[in-house]
Amino acid sequence: MSATEAELAEFRSDVSAWMADNKPADPGFLLPQTFMEVGDERQLEFLREWQHKVWSAGYLGMAWPKEYGGGGVEPVFQNIADQEMRRHDVPICFNVIGLGWAGPLINDIGTEQEKSKYLKGILSAEDIWCQGFSEPEHGSDLGNAQTRAVRDGDEYVLNGQKIWTTMGNFAKYMILLARTNPEAQRKYDGLSFFLSPMDVPGVETRPIRKITGEYGFTETFFTDARIPADCLMGEEGQGWSIAMQTLQYERGAEAGAAGGLAMVRVTVEDMVEGLEGVERDGAPVLEDPLVRDQLVQAIMDEKALVLSVRRTGIAHLTSDYPGALPLSNKLRASELTRRMRQLAINLQGGEGALYVGDDTARQGGFWQRAYFNSFSATIGGGTSQIQANIVAEHVLGLPK
Amino acid sequence: MNLVGNTDLAFSEEQAMLMDVAREFCRDKSPIAAVRDQLETDTGFDAALWQEMAGLGWSGIALPESVGGSGLGVGALVPVVEAMGRAMLGTPLINTALAAQLILRSGSSGQVERLLPPLVEGGIATLALLDNGDWGADGLALRLGEDAVLTGSKRFVGDAGVADIVVASASRGGDAVLVVLEAEQLAGRLRPNTLIDQTRRAADIDFTGVQVEAANIIAGDRVAAALRDVRLCGALLVAAEATGSAAACLDTIVEYLKTRKQFGKLIGSYQALKHPTVDILTGMEDARSFVYHAATLLGEDNLDRDAEVACRMAKAQASAILSYAGDRAVQFHGGMGFTYECDAQLYIRRAQWTQQAFGDAQHHRKRLAALLLD
Ligand SMILES: Cc1cc2nc3c(=O)[nH]c(=O)nc-3n(C[C@H](O)[C@H](O)[C@H](O)COP(=O)(O)OP(=O)(O)OC[C@H]3O[C@@H](n4cnc5c(N)ncnc54)[C@H](O)[C@@H]3O)c2cc1C
Repeated sequence: MSATEAELAEFRSDVSAWMADNKPADPGFLLPQTFMEVGDERQLEFLREWQHKVWSAGYLGMAWPKEYGGGGVEPVFQNIADQEMRRHDVPICFNVIGLGWAGPLINDIGTEQEKSKYLKGILSAEDIWCQGFSEPEHGSDLGNAQTRAVRDGDEYVLNGQKIWTTMGNFAKYMILLARTNPEAQRKYDGLSFFLSPMDVPGVETRPIRKITGEYGFTETFFTDARIPADCLMGEEGQGWSIAMQTLQYERGAEAGAAGGLAMVRVTVEDMVEGLEGVERDGAPVLEDPLVRDQLVQAIMDEKALVLSVRRTGIAHLTSDYPGALPLSNKLRASELTRRMRQLAINLQGGEGALYVGDDTARQGGFWQRAYFNSFSATIGGGTSQIQANIVAEHVLGLPK
Repeated sequence: MNLVGNTDLAFSEEQAMLMDVAREFCRDKSPIAAVRDQLETDTGFDAALWQEMAGLGWSGIALPESVGGSGLGVGALVPVVEAMGRAMLGTPLINTALAAQLILRSGSSGQVERLLPPLVEGGIATLALLDNGDWGADGLALRLGEDAVLTGSKRFVGDAGVADIVVASASRGGDAVLVVLEAEQLAGRLRPNTLIDQTRRAADIDFTGVQVEAANIIAGDRVAAALRDVRLCGALLVAAEATGSAAACLDTIVEYLKTRKQFGKLIGSYQALKHPTVDILTGMEDARSFVYHAATLLGEDNLDRDAEVACRMAKAQASAILSYAGDRAVQFHGGMGFTYECDAQLYIRRAQWTQQAFGDAQHHRKRLAALLLD
C-alpha cells in the first residue's frame, strides 16, 4: 500500500526537525565536498560518525530490505529524506561506493549470504568500500584490465595493480575486476568480478596527491594476495557484465542507491550569492551585461537538467530517443558543474587567483577547490568523451 | 533566491492524444517529398491538407468552446506544432492561432463571437507586429488616426497572402490598439518577402490610407498585455516547432552517419562527427524540456513571471540548437550537404528563419537576465 500525502508530509517534517537538531557544527577543518576527497583520518572519522547517525535515525537505506539493515519502505521516503538533507546542507554520506554502487548490485544480484554479510556494514559505515576497476594502462579501455586472479583450491591469488582507488587506504572491501582467463577469445570474457577484502596480506595501498594538493585516492598493489574463492560474484567470465551493471548505478542510469548526499550541494544560486561585493568596471559584477548573459546560460543549463529528470517519467515525452535522458545525465550534469565552477572563479576578478589557504580568498577558496574537484566527475566513472560515445552508440545507434 | 525556480512539468491526456494524432497525421500527409512540392508554390501549403487539419479541430484547440473551439489552451497546441515541425509541415496554423489569441485576449465579447468562429472552421488569420526588423521594439509605429485611417506599414507578416483577416498592432493617440483588416481591404498592398525558409510565406504590408471599421478596432487596457502575452506564446510555439525540426535534422544527420563510408569506415565512427551529434541530441532534449515546461505553465490568464521565464528559455534554447543542428547537418554531409537536393538545406534555412522569429536567443536572454538577476 502506498503512503498517503499526509504520511509523507508528516515524515518530511520529522526528517527536517531531525536534521535541524542533529546537523553537526563546523569541525574547524576542511571537509570533503565529495566522497572522492576523504584525505585523512580526521575527515574519515567525522564522516563515519555522521553516516552512522543518519542510518541509526532511520534516514539511510530506507528502501533496502529490513533484514539487511534497511528500512523496508517505499523509495519515496528516501527521496524526501535526501531532499531534506540537501535543504539543511548537512555533510555527505561518504560511503558512496557501497551505498550507491556495490550495495544496489548486491541487493539486485547478490546471494543471500552476500546480502547478509555486506549490506548492513555499508549502511552503518562500519565497512568502507572501494572500487578496483582502473589500472595504470587501462582506464577508459577497462575491458582490457590485466590484474590477475588465479584459482588455487578454495582461494584466488591476486597479482597486479589498480590505480585511482578512491578511499583505497580506508576501505575494508573492494569491488574488483580481475582477469581469470587471459586466453578468452574476447577480452571481456576473461574478466571476473570479486567482492574482495582489503585487509589480507599482499594488498598494499599508496595514497596519491591530487590536483587540489589533498589526498583521496590510492595506487593499489596486489602481490600474491589470497582471498577466499567465495569472494567471486556470479560466475567466472561474468565480470564485464557485472562491472557494466555497476557503472549503471554509478552513472545514475539505474536506481537502487541507499540514499544520502554524495556531494556538497552547489547551485548556480550559490555562485551568484558568492559574487556579493565583487565589482567589475567599478560597478557590481551582476550589472555587467556579458556576465549577466553567462549567468543566464548557466541558470538555463541547470534548470534544463532538473526538468529533464522530471520529464524522464513521462512516456510520451521520452519515446522517440529512448534512454537519451538517463544515459546522458552524467555527461550533462558533470560538464555543467565543471563549467559553472570555472565561471564562478573567472567572475571573481583578481581574487580568482587566490587559493585555499589564503585568508582573503573568497569563501575560503571554495570555488577554486570545487572547480578542480569537478573533474572527478568528468573523468571518474567513465570520462565525458566515453559518455558521449555511449550516448552516440546506444541512443543514436552510431557505429563504434 | 531561487534562480532555477519553478520546474513544473505535466503532460495531460489531451496533450498525449493530440500528440499521437498529430504525429501520425504528419507522418502520413507530410513526407519530405510533399514538403518539397510546396517550396516554390505561391502559398507554401496544400489547401486541402489545411482543411483536413481544421477538420481535426487543430485551429480551435486553444480557443474556448463558446466559439467552437476545444478550450484546451495554447499549451495543448504545443505537441501538435512540435509534430508539424518534425515533419517540416508549414501551414498557417501558428499565425492563425496567435492572431486568434490576440483577439481572444483583448477583444470585446462581440468581436470574439464574430471574428473567432470562422477561424475554427478553417479560416486563416495572421498578425502584423513588426514595424522593422527589431523584435525588441514595441511595434506601434503604425498610426490609427481619429478618422480611423491608418498611416504606416508592417514588415514580415506571415501568411499575409492567404489570410482572411490580418490583426495589426498600432497606436492611437499614444495608446496601443489592434486593428482587424479583411483581405479585400489590403488588395494590392502586399509586397511578398523572399524568405530564407521556403516552407513559409510572408509579406510587407502598406496600410497607409486604409480605413478601419469601428467594429474592427480593439482598444482598451487589455491590448498591451495581450500583445505581450501573444509575443511570448509566439516564442513558445516557434520553439516547439523548432524542437521538432531539430529532431528531424538530427535524424537526417544520424542516417547519413550510419550509411556513408570514407577511409573504409562509416563516418559515424569518427568522433569529430559523433560527439557534436550527441550535443545536438542533448541540446534538443533541453529545448523539449523547456517547451513542455512552458506549456505546463500557460493558462487563460495573462502569463505570469514563471511562464514568461519558461517561454523565453524555450525560445532561446530551441533556436540556438536548431541553428547548430542545421549548420552541422550541412557540414556533415560534405559536398552533398552543399546541394539543394540534400535535406540539410531545409533545416539550415528553417534555423535561420527561426532564429529571429519572436526574438532571437540574445533578445530573450537579455530579458531573462532582468527577470532573474535584478
Ligand atoms: C577523482 C577520481 C576518482 C576515481 N576513483 C576511482 C575508483 O575509485 N576506482 C577506479 O577504478 N577508478 C577510479 N577513477 C579512475 C577513472 O575511472 C579513470 O580515470 C577513467 O576511467 C579514465 O581512465 P584513464 O585515467 O586511464 O584515462 P584514459 O583512458 O587514458 O583517457 C585519457 C583521455 O583520453 C580520452 N579517451 C580515452 N579513450 C577514448 C575514446 N575511446 N574516445 C574518446 N576519447 C577517449 C579520455 O576521455 C581522456 O580525456 C577515478 C578517477 C578520478 C579522477
